[in-house]
Parts: sequence; structure tokens; C-alpha cells
Amino acid sequence: MSAPTLAAGALKKRAPLRPARVLLHVFLAGTALAWLAPLLWAVFSALRPYSETSAKGYVSWPDKLSLDNFTNAFEQSDMMHYFGNTLLIAVPAVLLTLFLSSMVAFYVSRFDFRLNLALLLVFTAGNLLPQQVIITPLYRLYLLTNLPGITASGKLYDSALGLVLIHVAFQSGFCAFVLSNYMRSLPHELTEAALVDGASVWRMYWQITLPLCKPAMAALATLLSIWIYNDFFWALVLISTGENMPITSALNNLSGQYFTDPNLVAAGALLTAIPTLVVYFVLQRQFVSGLTLGSNKG
Amino acid sequence: MTMETTTKNPEAASVPPPGPAPAKRRVTQGHRRLLTRRDRITLAVMAGVPTILHLALVWVTALASIALAFTTWDGIGFDSIKWVGLENFKQLFSDNPQFWPAVEHNVIWFVVLILVPTPLGLFLAVQLDKRIRFSRVYQTAFFLPVVISMACIGFVWQLVYNPDTGLINSLIGANKPGHYIDWIGDPKLNLWAVLVAASWRHTGYMMILYLAGLKSVDPSLREASALDGANEWQTFKSVIFPTLRPTNTVVLVVTIIEALRAFDLVFVFNKGAQGTELLSILVTNNIIGESSRIGYGSAIAVVLLVISLAVIIPYLVATFRKERRS
Repeated sequence: MSAPTLAAGALKKRAPLRPARVLLHVFLAGTALAWLAPLLWAVFSALRPYSETSAKGYVSWPDKLSLDNFTNAFEQSDMMHYFGNTLLIAVPAVLLTLFLSSMVAFYVSRFDFRLNLALLLVFTAGNLLPQQVIITPLYRLYLLTNLPGITASGKLYDSALGLVLIHVAFQSGFCAFVLSNYMRSLPHELTEAALVDGASVWRMYWQITLPLCKPAMAALATLLSIWIYNDFFWALVLISTGENMPITSALNNLSGQYFTDPNLVAAGALLTAIPTLVVYFVLQRQFVSGLTLGSNKG
Repeated sequence: MTMETTTKNPEAASVPPPGPAPAKRRVTQGHRRLLTRRDRITLAVMAGVPTILHLALVWVTALASIALAFTTWDGIGFDSIKWVGLENFKQLFSDNPQFWPAVEHNVIWFVVLILVPTPLGLFLAVQLDKRIRFSRVYQTAFFLPVVISMACIGFVWQLVYNPDTGLINSLIGANKPGHYIDWIGDPKLNLWAVLVAASWRHTGYMMILYLAGLKSVDPSLREASALDGANEWQTFKSVIFPTLRPTNTVVLVVTIIEALRAFDLVFVFNKGAQGTELLSILVTNNIIGESSRIGYGSAIAVVLLVISLAVIIPYLVATFRKERRS
């Protein structure tokens, strides 16, 4: 006798919740779809041949859907070359940023010398500056720095090396901040014991501290890869030869030169988004944790 | 007992007990004594190389911006640098027809971002934090624009706004001659059009930041408030939101910085044509445009620098002070 009433009671308790949940799902699904709409629209336009859309209008039922625009955009503009440029910039930049910022973080978190807080402050503040604040002198500096034989242009300007350096200098602020927080949470006894055993500072860094920082490093590597891949501004100003541009910045030139109709523009733009999307979907956890790692603490 | 302290001082939860601090100091002093000469050199290089690179490319250039703002220079030889005092700023403030609109647009950019996508992101985060099904799927959808480059977003939204072929004009039949709505060219409309795209991206970013903040809210707070008979809105307003204060600070700073940094989207959209001028665009046009005036461009950069530092420094000082205490 008591069992059914209990069940009824439980039901009664849950009953008013149910419609609210359904409503919430309807709302969230609707909003999520609206959020994806611009991207889906781009995909839809890119899948249709230009002749059809120009005859029937863009909002019309598709007769033919194909990947032709994607292959055309990819081949006509020699996109592979620009992806190569990006790789040439992003890989060294990410590795170097992590290497240098982890060294600073190690120093700041393990050796309580007087300057460390000021050092961290300078690094972090530098990372938050808008890029345009420093671009005018930086541009001049890059033009005035002669590196004959080292870069193809003979200067820092218009070279992959120049872009790598500014990425490293700018991003190491954020990474040093995140990593020093992370390293501070590691037990001090580890490095202390190593020091007592006579290990060198370098071993403490390379063999003891760094391996423990793998999760934070993975998160930062994901984040940095996407940020550097997505960079538009540095390459726009610091690279003058269209051929040398990384893909994101090259998109702007390509859209005028090769992507002559909106369908091709859509296909080209979407192609540049694919690598970031792949990285994001594969390493979603690292990406999000990296983003919140820095902001939660700071 | 613990509950009472956490309700009174939510930040106390994140601050570890002050016990280990003196021990830490002793340890690091011990570290220092055990260092050999080689260790000291290693340490100096480890801290020195990144610091020099960062200082040279970020802070020396920022200082150079300030110095150059008081000069004119053709960029060719160092002898042609001439001190002109406040002349660049005078010209900027009184003669440049683009300067004040640009300042206004940067302010509008911030106001819109803080009033629309930020609360929306918070709202979505609160909904997605309710342990509902498909939460991950929804999160991915909202967060997708944050992952894609601003340049790509610019192109995608051009497909929506294009007067002839775009989605909006095609839907409302405004793509015929005589009925055009020029979302990209019309100076009365284009800033708002581009702000829709910027808000579209910013919402996902804010959602992720707030989700992380909500995750760290002590669940017992919610229980206590439910036991007290508070409804959902009351719980949020008087229990959850106040504990999100650290996240709110981050969100505020991030939003200000984003508003000052806004560049890629506008540049791809219409190169910062009339109606969408921004400080960042003016600086850049001064470099890559035909008539490069170094001193003048630096003066605009200084305005940007002063506003940025006015936000960055108090924020960082407060953050680091809190950390030193912990």
C-alpha cells in the first residue's frame, strides 16, 4: 500500500520538473542550431556550383551538391603551399614558446629570488597588450635588422624567422604565467631531494619538473597551435611577399585573386578552418582546460 | 562549520592554509645555498634568454612607440628623427576625422560585448551546468566559433551579409536593385553587422569561462540554499553569482582587451571603411598604407597603450597580490 503512494509522491515531485527540462532542451537545441547557422550556410553555399546559385539565387533548393568548389579552391590557389608556410612557422613557434616559458616558470616558481614577481608581471602584462601598440616600431625594427644568408629576404622582415620570434615573445607571457602556477603546485620536496643528492639545476628542470608538467604543457600546446595558426595580424604586417604568408593571412589575398565567386570563397574559408577544427575535436579537453587554466587563476 | 566559513568568505576555499608558507621560504633558501657556480650560470641563462627576447620585442618596442609618438621620422636613417613634442597628438585629436569615430567604435565594441554576449554566455553556462544530457554537444556548438580564426569568421559572415548573394538579403528580398540593404558598406549599419559576428564568437568564450567558474562553486552552497527554500533565480542571484566574482573580474578584463584588440574581423569585413574605424585599424593603415607616418602612427598606438595599461596593471597587481598571500 505504501509503495505506490511513495512512487506517486516521487512522481509528483519530479513531474513539474519534466516540462521545464524539455523546454530547456528545445531552447538549447534551437540556440545551438542558430549558432551553427552561419557555418552551415557557408557549407551549403560551398557545396553548390556557381552556375546554379547565380541562376536560381542562393536561397533555393539545390539540384546538385558536390565537393568541386573545395577541390577547385584547394588546387587553384595552391593552398598546400600556404599550409606548408603555416607549419614552418607554427611548429617551431609552439615548441620554442613552451621551452622558453617553462624555463622562466621553473626559475620563478622554484627559486624565490627577489625579482620573480616583477618578472612574471612584466611577462603577463606584455601578453595582454594589443598587438597594434608595438607594431610600428616592430615593423621598423624588422626592416632594419639585416640577416644576410640567414633568411631568404636578408632581413627579419618578410621571413618565417621574424614571425616565429614575435609569436614566441608574445605568447611566452601567458605560458610562463600558467606554467609557474602549475609548477608551484608541485611538491617542493621533489626538487629539494634532487638538490641534496647533487643534481644540477638543469637536471631538476629537465628530468624532474618538466615530466610532471605534461598535462599543462599538452593543454598549452593545443592552445598555442590554434592561436598561432589563427594569427592574421602579424603576418599581414610583417610579411610582404604573398607567397610567404601563412594560410590564415593568405586567405585575404587569395579571395581576391583566385576565389572569384562567393561559393569558392566559402569553400576556401572553410578549408582553412579544417585543421583547427580537427585539433579542437581531437584535443577538446586540453584546449578548454588550457583556456580556463590561465583565466581561473588569473 | 566549514559550510559557514565558505558561505561567509567564498574565496577562503581557494586559499590554502597559511601553514606551509614559512617552510617554503626555508626550502628555497636551502636551495640557494646548495647551488654551484655552474647552476647559477644555468639559471641566469634560463631566465635571461626568454626575458631578453620578450623585453626586446614587446616592451622595448612599446617604449619605442611612446618615444616615436613625439617625433617625425621617415624611417630611412636615424638622423631624420625629429622631435616635435605634442604635435602628433594635437593633429590626432583635432584634425584627424577618423580618430574620434574610432575611439567611439572601440567603446561601443566593449559596451556591446559586455551587455549582450557576456550575459548570454553566463546564461548558457548556468543552463549547461545543470547536468543535462547532451551538454557536451551544446557546448561544442556554442564554442565552435571561438576555435575558428577571426579571418575565417569574417569571410563566413560576408556570405551572410553580402548585399547581392547573402543570406539575409536573399531571405528578405532586399537583393534587387532599389531595395539593397548594404550591411557591409553602409556606415550606419556596418558596425552593428560586424558586432553581431563578434558577439557570436564572444558568447562561446564567455560560456566556457563561466562554466569553469561554476564548476568550482561548492555544491553544498546549492544544497543549503535549496534547503532554505530559495528558488532557482534566488539561488543564482544571491548565492552563485557572488561566488563567481573572480570569474567576473577575468571576464571584464578579457572583454576590455578583446574590444581594444578588435582588428581581424573588421579588416576582412571591409578593411575598416567608413563606419567601422577602430584604433587598431588606424595604426595598421598607417603602416601598410601608402603614406606611412611613423610618429603619427605611434601616437595612435600610445592612446591604445595607455587605455590598455590602465586596465592591465591594476588587474595584474591585484591578482599577484592575492597569489603572494596564498
